[in-house]
Amino acid sequence: MGETIQLEDCLGERFIGAGASDARIEIEGIPGNALGAYLDGACVEVFGNAQDAVGDTMNDGRIIIHGNVGDTAGYAMRGGEIYVKGDAGYRAGVHMKEYGDKRPVMVIGGCTGSFLGEYQAGGLIIVLGLEAGRKGRPIVSNFPCTGMHGGMVVLKGDAVDAGILFPPQVDVRVVDAADCALIAPFVRNYALFFGADGDDILQGPFTLVTPLSHNPYTRLYVAN
Amino acid sequence: MSAQNRIPSGIDYLPPLFQVIRNADRCIDCNVCVKQCANGVHVRDAQTGRLSTVDELCVDCQRCVCFCPTHALQICEAPNRYRPNANWTPQIMRGSYKQAGTGGVLLSSMGNPNEQTVYWDKLLINASQVTNPSIDPLREPMETRCYLGRRPTSVMRDANGAIDTSLPPHLELAMPMLFSAMSYGSISLNAHKVLARAARELGIYYNTGEGGLHQDLYEYGENTITQVASGRFGVFKGYLEAGAAIEVKIGQGAKPGIGGHLPGAKIVGDISRTRMVPEGSDAISPAPHHDIYSIEDLRQLVMGLKAATDGRKPVIVKVAAVHNIAAIASGIARSGADIIAIDGLRGGTGAAPTMIRDNVGIPIELALAAVDSRLRAEGIRNDVSLLVGGSIRCSADVVKAIALGADACYVGTAALLAMGCHLCRNCHSGRCNWGIATQQPELVKRLNVDQGVERLVKLMRAWNSEVMEFMGGMGINSIEALRGNRLMLRGVDLNESELEILGISYAGR
Repeated sequence: MGETIQLEDCLGERFIGAGASDARIEIEGIPGNALGAYLDGACVEVFGNAQDAVGDTMNDGRIIIHGNVGDTAGYAMRGGEIYVKGDAGYRAGVHMKEYGDKRPVMVIGGCTGSFLGEYQAGGLIIVLGLEAGRKGRPIVSNFPCTGMHGGMVVLKGDAVDAGILFPPQVDVRVVDAADCALIAPFVRNYALFFGADGDDILQGPFTLVTPLSHNPYTRLYVAN
Repeated sequence: MSAQNRIPSGIDYLPPLFQVIRNADRCIDCNVCVKQCANGVHVRDAQTGRLSTVDELCVDCQRCVCFCPTHALQICEAPNRYRPNANWTPQIMRGSYKQAGTGGVLLSSMGNPNEQTVYWDKLLINASQVTNPSIDPLREPMETRCYLGRRPTSVMRDANGAIDTSLPPHLELAMPMLFSAMSYGSISLNAHKVLARAARELGIYYNTGEGGLHQDLYEYGENTITQVASGRFGVFKGYLEAGAAIEVKIGQGAKPGIGGHLPGAKIVGDISRTRMVPEGSDAISPAPHHDIYSIEDLRQLVMGLKAATDGRKPVIVKVAAVHNIAAIASGIARSGADIIAIDGLRGGTGAAPTMIRDNVGIPIELALAAVDSRLRAEGIRNDVSLLVGGSIRCSADVVKAIALGADACYVGTAALLAMGCHLCRNCHSGRCNWGIATQQPELVKRLNVDQGVERLVKLMRAWNSEVMEFMGGMGINSIEALRGNRLMLRGVDLNESELEILGISYAGR
C-alpha cells in the first residue's frame, strides 16, 4: 500500500479517493457524497459517518466507516469490501455485481433502509442489525432484493419470522451460522475493525437470500 | 429445421411481407443465395435438388440480391394484402395477430419507419446571390473543424497579467460529425473496429455505448467516447481513462424513459468479458440511474467522473428529446456537463419495444431549436456544446442542425449503411446477414473491417465536402459561424407554432 493520507476536520468534501488505487486514506470528520467512487484498490477509513454513494462503482480496495452511511452505498460495486459499523440508508448495494475473481462484499453492522440489494447481480451483502432491537427498527426496511438476479444477501436473524417481505424471484432460507460459513471471515473483519465480538455475532440463525434465476425478467417479446 | 423455420398455419399464419423472385433464365444454380441467407429463405430440396424459397422467412435485407453473381434475384412486396383500411393499417393488424398469438411485447429495430414529419425536409438553406458573395470551397479555405466543450466566459490573467490560455477539456473534431453510441453486443466487434478505425482516420470520435470497451480497441482511445449508463457495465477506472470523453447515458431517442435488457443468452465470450457480466446472467440497465433524482444528483455523477479522471475528460450527458427538453437541458448545463447530447424521436436502436419507439419523445429538430433558444436566453449557451442525433441522414441534415444551434451531429444509422446495412430492421434477431448486428462468428466475418473503414471514411468525407459546399454557398467559411445562424434557414409547409419553435421565417420572408 502506498502513502497514507490523513484528513482532519473533514466536512462534506465530495469524491474523496475517487479512482484511487494505491493509498491509505484516513478521514476524521464526515466526508461528502461519493466517497471512494470508482475506487480501484486504495483503502479508505472514516472515523465518523459518511454520506451518500459510498464506493459508487468501486472496483477494488476497502472502505471502513466507523459510523453510518447515507443512500446507495456500494452502487454498482464490482470488487472490494465496504464495512459500515452502523446503519445504511436506502438502496444499499443497488446493482452490486461480480465478475471473474472480483466479488464485492458489503457488511453493514446496523439496519438498512428500503430497497437493499436492488437489482443485485453479484457479490455478498451482509446486514447484522446489531442494534435493531434497541432502535425498534426492522433489520431492513421495505422491498429488499427487488430485481435481484445474482449474488447473495445474508441477514442476521430470522427475517421471515420478523415479517420482512421478499419478492417472488428470490429464495429465502433461514440457516444456522454453520451453513453460512462464507460470511465468517467478513464478520470477523467487522469485529476486528469495530471492536466487536465476532464469535458472538456469528451465533444464531441467519437469513440467506439468493436469486432463483440469473434471468428473472426474461420478457416475452415478439419480433415486429 | 430450426425453430425459426417452423411456419404456423391456420389462425397464427402471417402471410409473407416479401416475395423472392428468382429469374430461372439467369440462375446458374451456384448456391450462393443458400449460403448467404442466415434466415434460411433459400433452400435446396434434398430430393429434387431444386432451389426454392421460403418467403415467410425473408426480412428484405437484400444480401442475396447483392451477392447473386448473375443478378437473378429480386425481392418484391408480396402481392397478398389485407383488405385496405387507412385506420387499421397492415402493420397494426399484424402486430395484433402476433400479440394475440404470443402475448409478447412487440419488439422492433432501427428507427421509426412510419410516415412522420421530418422537419429537416421542411427547412431550406440559404445561398448568396449578388451581394455577400459565395465562396468556392475548392479554391478557398473552408473550416469545418470544431471543438466541443465548455467555453470560458471571461478572459483570465495570471499574476503577471498574461492571459491564461488554459481551457477546460475539449474534443476536437475535424468535421462536425461523430459516430453515435452503439454497444458491443448490439453490434459486432468488426463493426466496432470499423467505427474506431474510421474515427481515427477522420479525426473524429466513435462511442462505445454502454457495453464496455473491448480490449482490442483500447488503442483507439484518443478517438473513443466511453459511455456510462445506469447498469455501469464494464465501467472501471481504466475504462474511464481510456477514452477522450465520457458520456453519461440518461436516455435514448428510440426508447426514452425505459431501460435496456441484454438477455443472459447473449452474454457470452468476449461480450461477457467486455461488459464484466458473468456468462448467462442478464445485463439489466434500469430505466433510471438509481442515484439520480435531481440535477444536483446528476451533478454528483458528472463531477465524480471528473474527479476520477482528474478533470481531463469532458463529460457528455445524453438525453432523449422529450416534452420538457429545454428545461432539462438547462439543468444539465448547470450540472457541470461539458456537452449535452440530445437524441430525437426518429433515432435508431438495436432493439426497442415498438410502441415506445414509435410514440414516445419529440422530433430532434424541435428539441434542438427549443434547447438552443433556451440556453441562449439564459445566457448559458457557451457553458455547453450541443450534440444532436436521431436522425441525421445526410450532409443537408447536418448543415440544418448546425444552423438551428447544434455544435455537431451524432451519426449512427448512416455509418451502418456504409458497412452494408440495408435497413431490414431485424437487428434484434441476431442474424444480421451483413455481419453488423450479430455475434455469430460466421456472420461477423462477412463484415470486412478494411473495406468497412474505407467506405465509412469515404461517406463522411463526402458529407464533409457537401457541408463545405453549403457553407461556401452561404458565404460562410467557418462552421462556427454557421452555428445557430437561423437566418440561413427558411421553412415551408410549417405552421406558426412550428416556425416559432424553430425560430425561422417562412420561405419568402
